[in-house]
Amino acid sequence: MKFIGHLDVMRYFQKLIRRSGIDAAYTEGIHPHMIMSFASPLGIGLTSDAEYMDIELNSSIPSMDAIRLLNEAGTDEMKVTGFVRIPDGKANKAMTLVAAADYELRFREGYAPDMDWEGGLADFFNRKEIPVLKKTKHAEKEVNIRPMIYDWSVSSGVLFLKLAAGSEENLKPALVMDAYLQQRGFQPKPFSYLINRCEIYADTGSGNEKKFVSLYDLGTEIL
Amino acid sequence: MRKLALSDEILLSVEKPARYIGGEINSVMKDDKSKYDIAIRFAMCFPDVYEIGMSHLGIQILYDMFNKRQDVWCERVYSPWVDLDKIMRRDHIPLFALESQEPIRDFDFIGITLQYEMCYTNVLQILDLAQIPMRSADRQDQGPIVIGGGPCAYNPEPLAPFFDLFYIGEGETVYDALFDLYIDCKKRKTTRKEFLHKAAGIPGIYVPGLYEVSYNEDGTIRSFLPTEPDIPVTIEKQVVMDMTSAPYPEKPVVPYIQVTQDRVVLEIQRGCIRGCRFCQAGMIYRPLRERSLECLKEHAAQMLQATGQEEISLSSLSSSDYSDLKGLVTYLIDEFGSQNVNISLPSLRIDAFSLDVMSRVQDVRKSSLTFAPEAGSQRMRDVINKGLTEEVILDGAREAFHGGWNKVKLYFMLGLPLETEEDRRDIAHLADKIAREYYAIPKEERNGKCQITVSTSFFVPKPFTPFQWASMHPMEDYLGFAKTVNHEVKDMLNHKSIRYNWHQADVTLLEGVLARGDRKIAEVISDAYKNGALYDAWTEFWNYDRWLDAFKHTGIDMDFYTLRERGEDEIFPWDFIHVGVSKRFLLNEWHRAKEAAVTPNCRQKCSGCGAACYKGGVCIESKN
Repeated sequence: MKFIGHLDVMRYFQKLIRRSGIDAAYTEGIHPHMIMSFASPLGIGLTSDAEYMDIELNSSIPSMDAIRLLNEAGTDEMKVTGFVRIPDGKANKAMTLVAAADYELRFREGYAPDMDWEGGLADFFNRKEIPVLKKTKHAEKEVNIRPMIYDWSVSSGVLFLKLAAGSEENLKPALVMDAYLQQRGFQPKPFSYLINRCEIYADTGSGNEKKFVSLYDLGTEIL
Repeated sequence: MRKLALSDEILLSVEKPARYIGGEINSVMKDDKSKYDIAIRFAMCFPDVYEIGMSHLGIQILYDMFNKRQDVWCERVYSPWVDLDKIMRRDHIPLFALESQEPIRDFDFIGITLQYEMCYTNVLQILDLAQIPMRSADRQDQGPIVIGGGPCAYNPEPLAPFFDLFYIGEGETVYDALFDLYIDCKKRKTTRKEFLHKAAGIPGIYVPGLYEVSYNEDGTIRSFLPTEPDIPVTIEKQVVMDMTSAPYPEKPVVPYIQVTQDRVVLEIQRGCIRGCRFCQAGMIYRPLRERSLECLKEHAAQMLQATGQEEISLSSLSSSDYSDLKGLVTYLIDEFGSQNVNISLPSLRIDAFSLDVMSRVQDVRKSSLTFAPEAGSQRMRDVINKGLTEEVILDGAREAFHGGWNKVKLYFMLGLPLETEEDRRDIAHLADKIAREYYAIPKEERNGKCQITVSTSFFVPKPFTPFQWASMHPMEDYLGFAKTVNHEVKDMLNHKSIRYNWHQADVTLLEGVLARGDRKIAEVISDAYKNGALYDAWTEFWNYDRWLDAFKHTGIDMDFYTLRERGEDEIFPWDFIHVGVSKRFLLNEWHRAKEAAVTPNCRQKCSGCGAACYKGGVCIESKN
C-alpha cells in the first residue's frame, strides 16, 4: 500500500465507506462529496501504523461495529484499528491539530553506510543547531531543524524520531538522516531508508510547554 | 503482504507504481493451493496502459466469468508504461500478471483484446517483454497459447503470424469449450499443433496457421483456404442471444488509482438498429439485443454495493433505442440519486425526455450537450445513413438552450466517401445555425454567450461496413479538408462562439492500412516495432517516420491499402468470417450510399441484412 499516493488513499476510503454501509454525510449540491479529511498526507514509499482521518456521519454507529464493517469491506493491507468520536467543531478537525509524529527509520538492506552510524548520533543530536538546506517552491533556504526534533533514540539498527508535524512546522525523517550522513561525510543514496510512521500527536500543552497526546486519545469510543 | 515482481527501488522510480502492484479490491487471488486446483492460468491483457485497460468492460466480463470456474485463474496484464518498459528490458525482467506477480511466460494462455488498430505495436511489446517468441511458428511446444479477440479480431490478418488463435465474436459463448479441450489435451499430453487443430473445430475459433493465402498479380487475394480438409472454410462469429442471463460481473475490480472510466458500467444492450454506413460496431454486433429492465436494476445495485463507486454509467451504442429507457433512468435516479451516486448518460439523443433527465443529474450551467451529426450536409448524412435531420438537431439545440444549457459539442467526420467541398463547408454552416438558435432567445433570458465546439476526425473505412470498398485520400487532402472547415467557420456570423478542433492526418492513413490490411502487413508492424514504434495511440509517442521506414524496408506499398476503391468482386482478407450481416447486403448499402438513399432502421423495417440468422433480438421483436 505504500505505493498508493495520498489522494488515491482518500478515494479508496470514500469507496470503502460506501461499501461498508456506514452512513457518512455528504456536501450539498448536484455533485455531493463525502465530508472527510486526513490528518497528514503520507508520502509514497512510507508505511504507517497510525494514519488518521475524520469523517462526518449522519447517524452514529458503535466503534466495534464500524471497525468490523470497514475491515470486512477493505483490503488486508490497510486495516482500520480505531474509530472514535471527536468533539464537534471545526477547530477539532484532525488536520488542524497535528503537531508531532513518531517515525522509525532503518536502512534498506544493502544501503547502510559503511561505518558505525548509530555511534555518532548522540553527538549529532546534542548540537544546539542543525542547519539544513530546505527546498521550497521558489528557493532554497537554510533552516535549523534541531528545534523540530523533539525526541530520538536508537537501538539495533532502528532510529526512532519524534518530529514536528502539521501545517505550521513539518520535518521529514529522511531529511534528518540525510543531514546526519552528510555531517559524517557520506552522500545519502536514493531509496536508502525504510520509514514507518508510528503515531501522530496533537499538542494539548499551553504556552511553550508541549504536551503531546495521540490523536486517538482525543476521541472517545462509541458504545 | 503479497510479494511483488518489482523491487521497491524500481517501483519508487517509475510514474504511478500502483499500475503494477495489483491487490485491488475484488481482484481475484487463487494462489492458495489447498483451496484451488488450477488447471489453466490465463493472462488477460489489454495492450495499453493500466488506466485505459482497467476502463474496459469486456475484460471485466471475461475476468469474472473465467474466475467463476474453479479450475481457471484469470489474471490481468497491461502494457508497462514507457518508463518501466525501459527498465524491464535493461534488467531482463519478464512481464508478470498483476494478481500473482508471476511471469506470464509460464501461463497456459495469454489473451489479448484488440480494441483499436493503433495498439498493434503494444501487442508485440507484450509478447516481447513476456520473453516468448513473437511468432506463433517459433513457439512450438512451449509457452502460452496466444489468443486474440475484440473488434479488431474481425480482421485478424495483419496480426496473423503473432497469434496462435483468434476468438471471433462475443467472448461469453465458447471459452468453456476451449478450456475443456485444453485441459483434456494437457492431460493426454498432446502436442501444441494437435491442440490448435482441434481448437479450430470449435465455432468462432480461427487458427491462422491452418490457412493459406494466395495472391493475384495485382496484390489482391486469389484464394484464402484451410490447409487441411477438416478445418472450416468459414468462421462463425460468436453471439450471445440471451443477454439477460449472460454473465455479468457482480464485483468489478476497483482500481486504487484514478482510471479513465472510474465508474460502474451498465451495459444495457448490445448491437444497434441504426445501420450507419461508416460504423463497424453497428454491423458486427447485429442484431440489437437488450437486457431486461429487471436484470439491469439488479446488476446496478449489486455492482454499486460491491465497488463503492460514486458513479454509474450506461453503456450501449445508442442508449435512446433501449425500449424502456424511461423506466431504467427513472429507477437509477430515484434509487441511487439519494445515495449520492452520480448518473452518467452518454449516447442519448437530445430530446425533451433526455433534457429533462439530464437537468436532474448534471449542473446545466457547467455541463455541455453533445450532438454527433457526423456530417454537415443533409445529403452527406443520407450517404452515411445517419438518420438525423437538420430539423431534429436544431429543435434539440433550441430546447436545450431554453433549458439553460449554453455549451454544445458537435462531432463530425471528414474525408468520408462521396464527400464534396460543399459538404465540408456545411459543417460550419450547421454550427452557425445552432448558434443562431441560441441568439434568437431574448437577451435577458440567455446566460451570456454560447460555446459551440466543433470537432472533426478523419474517417477510416473498416471491414464489415458498406464503406469497406471505399478509397481513402492522400495525406495532403485531409489537412486541406480541415482547412476548408476552419476557413468557413471563421467566415460565419457567429464565429466568435464557435471553436474548431481537428485531428492529425498521418495516423489516419496508418489506421486505414491496419484496419483493412492483409497478412503481408504483419511484416510492417514487426519492422515498425523493431524501429521503436510503441504506444502509437498516444500523440506524444506517435512517430509516422518509423512507419514510413517500415513500409520502405519491407517493400510494401501503403497506397495499395489506402488509395484504392476496391472492386466489387474482390476477396477481402476478412471474408472468411461470417458475421450474420452478408457481403451482399453491405454491397447493396454501398450502392445506396452512392445514391444518397436512406435505409430504414431495424425497428422501422427489416432490410434483410442477414443477422436474422441468429433468430433473436430485434429481428424477432415485432413477431413476438
